[in-house]
Amino acid sequence: MTEQAPSFIWTKKHLVGLDELSAEEIVHILDTAESFREVSTRSIKKVPALRGKVVALLFFEDSTRTRMSFELAASRLSADTLLFTAKGSSVAKGETTLDTARNIEAMGVDIFVIRHHESGAPHHLASRINTSVVNAGDGSHEHPTQALLDIFTMRQRLGRIEGLKVAIVGDIAHSRVARSNIIGLRKLGAEVVVVGPPTLVPASISAMGCTVSHSLDEVLGEVDVLNMLRIQFERFSGNVFPSVREYSRFYGLNSERLARCKKNVLVMHPGPMNRGVEITSEVADGLNSCILQQVANGLAVRMAVLFLVSQGAE
Amino acid sequence: MTDILITNGRVIDPANGVDKLADIAITGGKIARVGGKMPAKAATIIDAKGCIVAPGLIDIHVHCREPGHEEEETIATASAAAVAGGFTTVCAMPNTHPPLDDEAAIQFVLERAAVAKLARVLPVGCITKGRAGKELAEMGAMMSAGAVAFSDDGEGIGSTATMQRALQYAQLLGVSLMQHCQDPDLAGGHMNSGPTATRLGLAGIASTGEELMLQRDLVLTERTKARYHVQHISSAGSVELVRQAKARGLSVTAEATPHHLLLTDACCSTYDSVYKVNPPLRTSADVEAVRRGVADGTIDCLATDHAPQSAEEKELEFGLAPFGMIALECALALYIKALIEPGLLNWPGLIARMTANPAKVIRQNLGTLSEGAPADVTVIDPAKRWTVKTETFRSKSRNCPYEGWKLKGRAVATIVNGQVKFQT
Repeated sequence: MTEQAPSFIWTKKHLVGLDELSAEEIVHILDTAESFREVSTRSIKKVPALRGKVVALLFFEDSTRTRMSFELAASRLSADTLLFTAKGSSVAKGETTLDTARNIEAMGVDIFVIRHHESGAPHHLASRINTSVVNAGDGSHEHPTQALLDIFTMRQRLGRIEGLKVAIVGDIAHSRVARSNIIGLRKLGAEVVVVGPPTLVPASISAMGCTVSHSLDEVLGEVDVLNMLRIQFERFSGNVFPSVREYSRFYGLNSERLARCKKNVLVMHPGPMNRGVEITSEVADGLNSCILQQVANGLAVRMAVLFLVSQGAE
Repeated sequence: MTDILITNGRVIDPANGVDKLADIAITGGKIARVGGKMPAKAATIIDAKGCIVAPGLIDIHVHCREPGHEEEETIATASAAAVAGGFTTVCAMPNTHPPLDDEAAIQFVLERAAVAKLARVLPVGCITKGRAGKELAEMGAMMSAGAVAFSDDGEGIGSTATMQRALQYAQLLGVSLMQHCQDPDLAGGHMNSGPTATRLGLAGIASTGEELMLQRDLVLTERTKARYHVQHISSAGSVELVRQAKARGLSVTAEATPHHLLLTDACCSTYDSVYKVNPPLRTSADVEAVRRGVADGTIDCLATDHAPQSAEEKELEFGLAPFGMIALECALALYIKALIEPGLLNWPGLIARMTANPAKVIRQNLGTLSEGAPADVTVIDPAKRWTVKTETFRSKSRNCPYEGWKLKGRAVATIVNGQVKFQT
């Protein structure tokens, strides 16, 4: 399929997290995604790479972007897709994740794409079933394809990853996007600083190889990328900061703060955005923002991942 | 006529300061005599050459799951597991369904234990009705029925006022209150807070929650002069709190589990729910502190917190799986590995923490080989090498993290009330 015909041989059957990938494997996914990007520009936006294969999307948790992106990615590779959502399914009747997956597997599925509210759910399935498992976000653990598309976009816009300084700002404690980004960026040689109030930034996160700052203003001038995360109100109870207004005052990205950044700083957001909270509309829709480009790249990255795990399974 | 004669063994009876080669004669369910070579005339003769002959081992923290979860364990299967592990007495925790919070429930446990007729099963009653942490349960009536201590195990008592009243009342009864120290406001996680939990994206349970409740309870214990027992102590900070409280002369005792002596939170790094336990596995520094606490006597007792869980439930995702692991059938060898092999304890020290010390916590005339005492005896082969195979367990459950571990030392005969209940 790829013109570059990389000498690298992909052997992984699952993609449960970037933690399990080498730097070389991450770069291989990015390079493969690069070659798939062109497919979306064709008048017939399909390649036969996964013709006859079945991709089941198991969404135990709500999703817009990721689900549609994976669905479209599978369809562009000519795979058939099955969609499962927890709402209105037998999960409501008490069926376990594993039983749900085994039943769907029995219908003859090649790849599971799983989004789950429990951290570790993809590991749980991958170690117990034969079908390939691709993690589309598990609890507060990992969201590898999001990090891959973030890194892909950084590489595209800034030309490199090694040596970049990336700030990830906001709800680090509950963010799978943050964890996958930290792991992926560190493996590729970028520096990562996570920024947020102590109630949203666990002290032990530094064991993952990043530094911690509690002041967005202090890091603004030194970073090449600002990845603004959404506050995941659904993942905690009680108030972890005094008010949205106060959070926004100290950790929100607005034009005034943007003016103090490097001129070409790249502004990212994994979505969904809370406009006016972690990012103002001016910044989100401004020239430094690559938020929609991230979404577009997500498609190519997910095509690459689905393609590679199906190769790895053979 | 002697019923059972145990010959040629090394008799270790810490309650009486005994550690010598001796024979033991058992008659009518009692220890008849401990002394030099006796004539080989008895209905049963056990040659204990090369073995340690100890008072029957006592485990004051066992979940028998009956009533309510008989698919996981019953009083009969827990008793069978106990004697196979060398335990002659186990204390049954009251977080059953319904909980053991009244006289009838205590009687039920004793009746089931009498039917099983293996180990002594001594019930621990709830401190509060329905384990709800609000109103005191009928501790006096439960004691009359045979409860040996009280606990709301599984959860700590969050209300300070309730705990104060419970200690005042328990002081009247002279009974130990056993606390599962965990501030409920800081509960809700799945494993120890720290780098592993952060990387896995699992909500943490910091040792702060254990230490805060313990600290509060120590203040209350000092004020009420009650007897207070810390269950499954897990953190270095808690060990230090107990050490200081003992130095101040408080009536405080504590227990440590095999897993808090051997395993760390790094075990959870593959989301294997067999390592999900409450209090959680903590850091190697905590393990070291708990071991030292046992060695210096800060921690009085060893207790398994044997907590059977069904395979179906443990097969869930880490965050959804229940807490608990089982250890009755391998605990002795685990303690040897954690405490004797590194040179932290000698044999009399280990036996004391499994016999005389726990007997004191529950105020029972057990855990000794005094002449006239109930004939509960465990014969231990300290050199026996074996591999943990959970498929051979008498327990109904298999949630044991030590599967495949190669261990040294095990019980070869377990005698309860003058009857051999287990022998290899």
